Amino acid sequence: MNLRSFRSPLARALGLGSAKSGFQHWWAERVSAVALVPLCLWFVVSIIAHAGSDYLVFIAWIRTPFATSCMILMLIALFHHSALGLQVVIEDYVHSGARFVAIMAVRLGCYGLAVIGIIATLHIALGG
Amino acid sequence: MIKNGTTDGNSTPARPRPLSPNIQIYRPQLTSVLSIANRITGLILSLGAVGLVIWLSAAAAGPQAYGVVQSVIGSWAGQVALFGCTFAFFLHLCGGIRHLVWDTVHGFELRSIYISGWTVVGSSIALTVTAWVISLLVAGWPQ
Repeated sequence: MNLRSFRSPLARALGLGSAKSGFQHWWAERVSAVALVPLCLWFVVSIIAHAGSDYLVFIAWIRTPFATSCMILMLIALFHHSALGLQVVIEDYVHSGARFVAIMAVRLGCYGLAVIGIIATLHIALGG
Repeated sequence: MIKNGTTDGNSTPARPRPLSPNIQIYRPQLTSVLSIANRITGLILSLGAVGLVIWLSAAAAGPQAYGVVQSVIGSWAGQVALFGCTFAFFLHLCGGIRHLVWDTVHGFELRSIYISGWTVVGSSIALTVTAWVISLLVAGWPQ
């Protein structure tokens, strides 16, 4: 007797649907989108309010705990959302072996840029 | 049992399968154009996100590096790129909110789709113009 036959019908069906890991991707795209709506609006309104400001005024704004927090949260949501969206674009148009490399490059690039942005924000916020 | 030499058991000889009409054949419609625009603006904003990190890194590096980046943004080409990013941002934002509404299984009637579509176009243009007018007023009109 095959060992697999001891598994319940549900256990055998799970993960075999058309979506596979697709639902998680779709859901993460929605969650990051919902996070980005207020964060990006905060960013754009803040940038407009600081239009024409000099370096010191800009630095003083980033240093406020609220702005530091919002900037870091926005960078996380922004690059997570970018990585997910760009992956879909690659999956739709790249059909060669380059697809795997392209998705990996996008993932690593997005996470790298997010870390650089967060460190830069923290450097401004905490630096002397 | 079919034995006519074809491997798939199909009695008709092999010929190219019919292709479904694609983007080169269909007349552009608001629905399709906005769908493509959402993707293109997403790509543009990904590039804008790289610019954001460069801008933050320059600010962290000090006033000199920040001044260089600010002068690039302040240049003619920089302002055009920033304006394009602003419009791309508002189009992607409004289009994204439209998608989130669709995810709640609302607004799928053809009439609703066109109303929300033109609302996305109109509000994106209005928000872009508003954002630029206010920021120019805050900064003081360029001399």
